[in-house]
Amino acid sequence: MIDLGCSLLGSAADTERGWEFQDYQGPVARWCAGCGDHAVLAAVQRLLEAEQLAPERTVFVSGIGCSSRFPHYLKTYGFHGLHGRALPVATGVKLRRPDLHVFAVMGDGDCCSIGAGHWVHAVRYNPDIVAIMLDNGVYGLTKNQTSPTSPKGLKSNTAPRGAWLDAMNPIATTLGVANASFVAQTGDWVPEHIAATLRAAFHHRGFAFVRILQRCPQYTDQLFASALRDPSRVELLLHPDGIRAPAVERMVPNHREHDPSDLVAAFRLAQPDERIRLGLFYRNEHVPVYEQVRAVPPHTAEQRARLVNEELDAYAL
Amino acid sequence: MTVAPISDTRTPGPSAAREPHIVRVAQHTVEIVSDSGEGAQKCGQIFGRVSAMMGNGTWTVEIIPAEIQPPPRTPPSASGNRVRLGTRRVTNWGDEADLVVAFNEQVLLHRHRLGALREGCTILIENWWERHEDEAIRAAWAEAMQELDGHQYRFIKVPMEEQCLTVVDTPRRGKNMFVLGMLAWIYNRDRDKTRELIAHEFRKKAREILDANVALLDLGWQWAAEHLDFRVEVPIEAPTEPQVVMNGNQALAIGAIAAGMDLCSMYPITPATSASHYLSEIFEKYGGVVHQAEDEIAAIGVAVGASYAGKVAFTITSGPGLALKTEFIGLAVMTEVPLVIVDVQRGGPSTGLPTKVEQSDLLAVLFGQPGDAPKVVLAPATMEECFHVMTTARRLAEAFRTPVVVLSDANLATGVQPFPRPTVTSDAMAGALDLGPLGEGFRAYEWDAQTGLSRRSIPGQPGGEHTATGLSHDEHSRVGYSPDVHERGCAMRSRKFAVLQQSLRPPAVCGPEAGDLLVVGWGSTLGAIEEAAERARDEGLSVSTLHLRFLSPLEPGLREIFARFRTVMTIEINYSDDPQDPYITDENRRRGQLAWLLRAQTLVDVDCWTRVPGEPLRPGQLLEVMRRVARKGGVS
Ligand SMILES: Cc1ncc(C[n+]2csc(CCOP(=O)(O)OP(=O)(O)O)c2C)c(N)n1
Ligand code: SF4
Ligand SMILES: [Mg+2]
Repeated sequence: MIDLGCSLLGSAADTERGWEFQDYQGPVARWCAGCGDHAVLAAVQRLLEAEQLAPERTVFVSGIGCSSRFPHYLKTYGFHGLHGRALPVATGVKLRRPDLHVFAVMGDGDCCSIGAGHWVHAVRYNPDIVAIMLDNGVYGLTKNQTSPTSPKGLKSNTAPRGAWLDAMNPIATTLGVANASFVAQTGDWVPEHIAATLRAAFHHRGFAFVRILQRCPQYTDQLFASALRDPSRVELLLHPDGIRAPAVERMVPNHREHDPSDLVAAFRLAQPDERIRLGLFYRNEHVPVYEQVRAVPPHTAEQRARLVNEELDAYAL
Repeated sequence: MTVAPISDTRTPGPSAAREPHIVRVAQHTVEIVSDSGEGAQKCGQIFGRVSAMMGNGTWTVEIIPAEIQPPPRTPPSASGNRVRLGTRRVTNWGDEADLVVAFNEQVLLHRHRLGALREGCTILIENWWERHEDEAIRAAWAEAMQELDGHQYRFIKVPMEEQCLTVVDTPRRGKNMFVLGMLAWIYNRDRDKTRELIAHEFRKKAREILDANVALLDLGWQWAAEHLDFRVEVPIEAPTEPQVVMNGNQALAIGAIAAGMDLCSMYPITPATSASHYLSEIFEKYGGVVHQAEDEIAAIGVAVGASYAGKVAFTITSGPGLALKTEFIGLAVMTEVPLVIVDVQRGGPSTGLPTKVEQSDLLAVLFGQPGDAPKVVLAPATMEECFHVMTTARRLAEAFRTPVVVLSDANLATGVQPFPRPTVTSDAMAGALDLGPLGEGFRAYEWDAQTGLSRRSIPGQPGGEHTATGLSHDEHSRVGYSPDVHERGCAMRSRKFAVLQQSLRPPAVCGPEAGDLLVVGWGSTLGAIEEAAERARDEGLSVSTLHLRFLSPLEPGLREIFARFRTVMTIEINYSDDPQDPYITDENRRRGQLAWLLRAQTLVDVDCWTRVPGEPLRPGQLLEVMRRVARKGGVS
């Protein structure tokens, strides 16, 4: 006799309780002092509070790296998995539990190197999750090896005479994948811009890819130093439909009007030049969302049992 | 329909005038082989099925070429089926074929060279090629016949092409139905049932196509009735309880649905794919989803994510895919996420023998992950067990918060056998999880100090928030690198399998409870091993068998059982050194995988006899081994 265990879960609704910043706060983060990850963690906590996401319905999935410790420092559900594999796990959570708020947090090695295949395919599946890539241009946790986003010439323990290759361009790469639906870039030194970017990413329905330029004072302290010293090295992409962060707009003199529905323009702006561009490169709200595309009506155990018996009829002698 | 068959001079030709001679046997094995694409498989499947419907025991296996369309009229192009019929239940594919229908002489050669044909076997062969206009083809025929000369085969040349041309323009499509008709006459199969099955087969095609196929069937029947001088009768003792007939992959797929699975996350790989093809067809009807991931790593990753989120997920693969899933299996062990992983084994290492059977993944599954990664490993031994194992696997995965690996193989995957129809009910599963809030102080791993068991929390459940991690962790899932934390975590993740082991019953011994030889097996070899042992006992030898379904944890009581036999050996389809081979000593000999495991676990000097022929073992071959060992005591 076979018991037909029916699917155990339907969906849950956020408990309403007036969540505060502290409700999302996990143990003290153990990143180095001055590490850009701290600022992102604070911005994420503010987002959770602003959106009043119930901690029990919020899941942070990560890979392995300094950045991937992220979920441990929050008081939501978290899944700290394998190096490079945050996106399949996050996709699996969202695919069958669309009621949950799902975030994936990755490093540049995680996302653009070992997990590059999953990155490309997650963009194409377009599940409704926020994917945050903390890009410090280096492998931090394993102590200073070259990453795909390390600028050419950057010295590391595996390229002591400087990186041989041009850096990968995560924004252009993401834009080039079929079904790309949200591509944005921000930097850890402009908290207000991170917050606005995360808010837009959260409200986007689809795979929201956010690259956060992240300082690693330990290994790549010079990586974004010029932008910090001289705000004119930065250019903000602005549009009524884009990301707005007034304080940052006052600080950064270079503004460029960019319509985030224009993919060709987004590509052009993603090409490397002397300016670091922050803002929303591309957004398309019309790309189908994977968990919706694959949605199937739930079945009771009784329905299933009846159908299985019908199926067995086809094999009956 | 008046064309007389051109009979071979070596054997007396059939004559239509006499009443056919009836060969009455308890079991008979027939092979149908054609070039790939000529439909011998369809013919064999329908023949096997109609035989099962009539109440014969049957076992149908596919003969599969490695390429999709190998060059026609070459030995590697051989494609088809072997159907073994019996009065009683048939548990394996048998020894050599008693009757072969070959669509050309090259595919016949292939089977001959593999030793698949019994001396004395009857061969019905298409004679078109012998008189073909192409000289090269005629020469190839002559050469093949020369190679086959000197064997006690009885050739009956059949004008298949010529006959089929009276009904269709392109006999390449259709010969298979003519052959089915012949076989139906030879074995006296129910014509209405056969027609029904053809109608089902062509239900999506135009009416004319169905009609043509039925006409070909009738033509084959009629031709056989007019020209053949023998018929075969395998008496029927129909089972009393209702039966279903399917292959192991179909059984796994429906079994997964009956087990209440929500998600099958996979990447295509032979011989596992047919299960996911089938699920892709029907799963959504049940509220389930097949996710074809970008690779095997992502496939298991998605399954882990869904399972972590409280859904019932499994992933299905074969050896090379299993290798890629290794790191995630270790993660599921470490995070105690329930997960079912099906490995339909094929020949290895590396790409190996993609379509062919082997039992070589056992140790990889047990020990493939870095670090200590205990888990449950189950091996179904029949199609019926393929169905039921999915429910067992799910239950164990959830109750013990563990990955459960199900080891099937190509033999089970493609073999078709009738079995008692499972009763499927909707009784709510025991211990179903809910999303009710957890009390203050809930810990992610509330390990019971005795058993290591703990209950899990699911996203959506207030009070259960924690971050699952592959890093060493304590009961709160807090990362900890201290000796205490790591040693306790390892002990707790291991202890639960001792608990499971103690709840299992000792395995049954088939045959005398004590004696000269105990053969231990696992997986799809069950039928061949038991049949061989039965024959050995009929010869007066003391041979018993024991078949394991749990490979991790191992079933209890083995040491005590082994002690009652003079020799204990495993029979497996994996590689081991032959003790007679150069350089091989008792010390350096690499043994079969189960033998290796049993020796380690029981300290009994378990011997082994293993082969990697890329095909199921034959009972006759195993009988010889048993004779030798039971008499002499020792494989060597
Ligand atoms: C399969 C596997 N390979 C390698 C590692 C070692 N490893 C851990 S983190 C890491 C790179 C981390 O770099 P990144 O993803 O950029 O994260 P960061 O530490 O810079 O935040 C590597 C190579 C691993 N944990 N697993
Ligand atoms: S090594 Fe770099 S990335 Fe890692 S915690 Fe320290 S500063 Fe942050
Ligand atoms: Mg990095």
